[in-house]
Parts: sequence; C-alpha cells; structure tokens
Amino acid sequence: MTIDKRKFIKTAGLASLAGLAGKNILGQDVSEVIEPGSFDRLSGLQSPLKAERWAMAVDIKKCQKQHDCTKCIDACHHLHNVPEFDNPKDEIKWIWKEPFEHAFHEQENKFQKTDLIHSTPLLFCNHCDNPPCVSVCPTRATWKREDGIVMMDWHRCIGCRYCMAGCPYGSRSFNWRDPRPFIKDQQQDFPTRMRGVVEKCTFCDERLAMGLLPACVEACDVGALVFGDLEDAESDIRKLLNDNFSIRRKPGLGTQPEVYYIIS
Amino acid sequence: MIEKALRGNSKYWGWIAFLFIVIFVGFLFYLRQFGYGLGITGLNRDVTWGLYIAQFTFLVGVAASAVMVVLPYYLHNFKAFGKITILGEILAIASVVMCGTFIFVDMGQPLRIPNVFIFPSPNSLMFWDTIALGGYLVLNVIISINVIASEKKGTPPPGWIKPIILLSIPWAISIHTVTAFLYSGLAARPFWMTAILAPRFLASAFSGGPALLLLLVFFLRKFTRFDPGREPIQKLGLIITYAMSLNVFFVLMEIFTAFYSGIPEHLDHFKFLYVGLHGNTTLVPWMWVSSILAVISLALLYIPKARNNEAVLGFACVTVFLSIWIEKGLGMVITGFVPNPLGEVTRYWPTFTETIITIGVYAVGALVVTIFYKATLSIRGEVSA
Repeated sequence: MTIDKRKFIKTAGLASLAGLAGKNILGQDVSEVIEPGSFDRLSGLQSPLKAERWAMAVDIKKCQKQHDCTKCIDACHHLHNVPEFDNPKDEIKWIWKEPFEHAFHEQENKFQKTDLIHSTPLLFCNHCDNPPCVSVCPTRATWKREDGIVMMDWHRCIGCRYCMAGCPYGSRSFNWRDPRPFIKDQQQDFPTRMRGVVEKCTFCDERLAMGLLPACVEACDVGALVFGDLEDAESDIRKLLNDNFSIRRKPGLGTQPEVYYIIS
Repeated sequence: MIEKALRGNSKYWGWIAFLFIVIFVGFLFYLRQFGYGLGITGLNRDVTWGLYIAQFTFLVGVAASAVMVVLPYYLHNFKAFGKITILGEILAIASVVMCGTFIFVDMGQPLRIPNVFIFPSPNSLMFWDTIALGGYLVLNVIISINVIASEKKGTPPPGWIKPIILLSIPWAISIHTVTAFLYSGLAARPFWMTAILAPRFLASAFSGGPALLLLLVFFLRKFTRFDPGREPIQKLGLIITYAMSLNVFFVLMEIFTAFYSGIPEHLDHFKFLYVGLHGNTTLVPWMWVSSILAVISLALLYIPKARNNEAVLGFACVTVFLSIWIEKGLGMVITGFVPNPLGEVTRYWPTFTETIITIGVYAVGALVVTIFYKATLSIRGEVSA
C-alpha cells in the first residue's frame, strides 16, 4: 500500500465524518470539503416534513383560471425523470389533467355548473387509506406508509400489473419499454426506471424527507394545490376543507382517497 | 416410462420436429420481447392485460376440467372412464405448464418472479393462485406417473395414491375459483366484479375442457389402436351438454342483470362486447361468432340422435371449444379494461409478435401432451413402440 493510498483513505474518512456530523467537527464548512449540491440531503440539513396523514387538496376553480398552465405537471415529470413518449401507447404520467366527465366519471350530470363541466381537474395517485393496489401486489412492492403515502419499490416490482388492474383511478403507469432514452434533461438525484416496472406519484416522499413540499405544490403560483396533515386540525388543508365544499373520486368504493377537490 | 416417447414412426417424429420449430420460433420472438419490453405487444396504459393472461385464464379451466373424468372414475367408480382418465390428467399437466409459461411471458421483469416466494403476500390472490396451480401440478404429476407405472407393471395403483387423487378433486375446483377471485375481487373493474364469475369459469371449463379431451380421444382412436369404446365418449358428451348449458345460462344471467339494471358502468362493458362502444367494435364480430357457435353446439347436443352420432358429437365439440375460447380467451380479460375506470375506450389488439409467442406457448403444451400420451399408449401397447 502506498502512502498516497493511505492518505486518500484518511481524507475520505474524515470528509465523510464531517458530512455526517454537519460542519462543526473540523470547524470547516462541509461545502468546502464536498462539492456543493452532491450531498443535498445531508448538507441541506432541513428537518423532514412529517404528518400523521398526508393529503392533497386541489382547488379546481383556482387551477382552471390558469387555463393551459402545466407548471405542476412539468415540475413533477422533470424532477422524477418521467419519460415523454410520442406514442400514446407507451405513455407514463404521474400527474395529468383529465376532462371532468372522465375524472369524475361517476358524477354524471350534463347540466352541472358550466365551468365545472368544462374543467380538467388534475389527477394523481389518490394515496387511498384502503389502497386496492397494495392488497393485490404479490410481492409487496407497493405498500402504504404510516403517514398514508402509497409507495413503490421499483427494484422489487415484477411487472405483473395487477396493481394497474386493481386501481380504480387509472393512476398507475407501466414502463412498456426502456424509458431512459425518452427522458429530457435527466436529473441525477432521482432514480430512473427500467422497462417492465410500474410507477406512479409518491407525494414526493423524497422531498418531504428533505423538508420540502411536493414539487407540484411548490410549482403552483396560484395556490391551487394545498398539501398537509389531515390529522392536524390547524393545518391549512384542514381549514380549507372545513370552509369549502369538496368532492373525492369514486368515494363509493370505500378506498378513502386522500385527494380532495374543492369545487365551491 | 418416458423412454417410450423416444421411439416412434416418422409421422410421430415429424410432428415432434414441427412442434420444436414452432416453440423455437416463439422463443426467438420472446427474446425480442425480453429485450424491448412488453411494449412490443398491443398492451397499453389502459388495457394492461391481454392475450397472455386471457390464455392463462382459459387454460386454468382446461386444467381444472380433468376433474370431469377423475371424479366419476375414482369417486363413483365409473369404470368406463378407465382408459381416458389418465388422458384428462395429462391434459391438466400440459395446461398448467402452459399457464405458468403464459404468466412468465406476461411479466415485465420475469427474472424477478422469485420475489413472489421471497416476499410471500397472502393479501394478494396471485399468491394463492400460485399455490393452487403449483399444488395442482404436483398432485397431477404424482398421480399420472404412478398410474402409468402401475399400468406398465400390470398391477393396480398403490393404495396411498387414492387419497391424493381424491384431494385433486376439490383442488381442481379451487384452481379455477381462485383464478376467478383474481378478477372478481377488484372494485375497479365492474365487468369482473360479479359473484357468478367463479361458477361461470367452472361451467365454461367443464364444457370446453372435456370438448378438447374428446377431440383428442377421437384423434387417438383414428391414428392409433387406442379405443376407449362407445360409452365413455357418450358420457363425456353428456357432461359437455350439461356444462355448456350452465355456461350459456350464466352468460344470459349476466346479460340480463347488466341490461335490465342499466347501470352504465356494468352495461358499457357488455355494449363493448356485443355492439361496440364509442365506435370501438374490436370484439363484436368475435363475440357474435362465439354466441352463434354456442347456439349451434347446444342444438346439436340437445338432440339425442345427433349427440349419439360420433361425427356430429365431434363437430359439436369443435363448436363448444371455439365458442368458449373466444369468450374466455379473448372477451373476458380484454373487456374488463374497456372502458377503463375513467370511462375511456382504448383499442387493444394482439400484435404479430404477441400472437407468435402465444402460439409458441401452445406448442409447448402440445409437446407435453404428445410425449405423455405417446408414453402411455406405448405402455398399453395401443401404439407401436
């Protein structure tokens, strides 16, 4: 073993110690030792956002006033390396706009308020309290966290697509082919997926862990998306739901979706 | 025992060679799918299961239908089925082998299938279906090998095999029931979410499976010295008649409930099947052919004079088999996804690659049937060794 090698190991060990303990051990700023940005999660050192029951509220009126705005969709798909295919057959989407009559298929009423009937509500995974996708998964590659987020393990998924058959909201996508060549501007701090696995919205669990709100919520300029803890009576989302009329998709199925649509 | 399958005339070897070529071509196309991904099939974000899973479902039925010869023979000691029972059991083995292969080719990440055993998930019906089908395969392999071996020795089968055979009877019912539960437990898919799905599956299985078995029996009788006699053929014809009647009855019950209640989310699926939905009529001609074949088959089977004529019975078996293959191997699975839970209609039709892979898997089943039938008949001296 050469001196150089030993020196390298010593430096690397100290550097990682510094990284783990923050910046005070050596009295040195971590960012001086480690390239800025490469250890966002550690150097950011923001405490993670926690909740007993995460939920999302979508204010359809506020959202629709922005007409063809797709900022939330763009932010989400960009951050999460969601590919863009030309062929609709291969389509993958985590968050998208759908005509009201499809989004709320069970709300058949052609004389509904005009602006509502012509709206295109944002759809994503509902993070159900009783998620059918979790029940049917034969490998527990998708599961519900204690805070209500329905997660996906892309390394365990066998690609049987039973969860897609089980989801009553069409929230899940499958990688019908290698997605990587179709990712514009690939993000290095979020995994890409391979062909043959299912994916969907995860309420930005990776951002919550860093103390950040979901990307779609952050991207929305008009506050049409409100994210928070339903069990916290003082949370913004609870206040919003207390004061406004809201609906959920297919409540009759008993899945208890945790995405609420404000229509008043 | 299996060495008997290694000797045969040129026709036999020609058939084996043909099957190997079909399997090989299917395998080459599967390699394409393996490399590219399931996007090479006609499947898409809305119709996520198609030809493969439909064949799986259909063949679970063929596998379960062995019980239609096993039960009379072993439980009721109906001696006339003595010669054909083993043929039914071998057909069941081949069907389960095809079922497993269809599941394999339908997986997005087939090499991760062991995850099903590493992370067993009793919540998932797929877990139970794996146990049911795996167990059924083991039971039938044990039974068949022992029955053939004792035939070879000219002795009755060992006593301990009897309880295993009896166990295989409810087990056969269970495989198709659990397979129906895969579908009927999904709140997201109103077309499948019907309590009659399991009974319907069993009725279609107990008509389509024996129809195929009878056609195989006719084939063997024509080309080998195998002859089960008239009685088992007529009895099997009767079983097919009853099961097909039940199957049609169940389908009509479904259609009544959907159309009379008029609930769109139930009705739309039946519209898609029989008249088309939002301009999509992909399955309409098929379903009408299936319906017409069902009517023809019942008309032939109901008239004793027609059914007693073996040529007519053979034709009736063809109509039963095709009718049920269309209903289950095409209509049942695809329609669950059309319209999707959002009420949208997306087109699905199998691609060329998908079709060739499917044919390849069927060739695997045909190979299993050929080898084991050949071995059995050689042991009995019903075909030249």
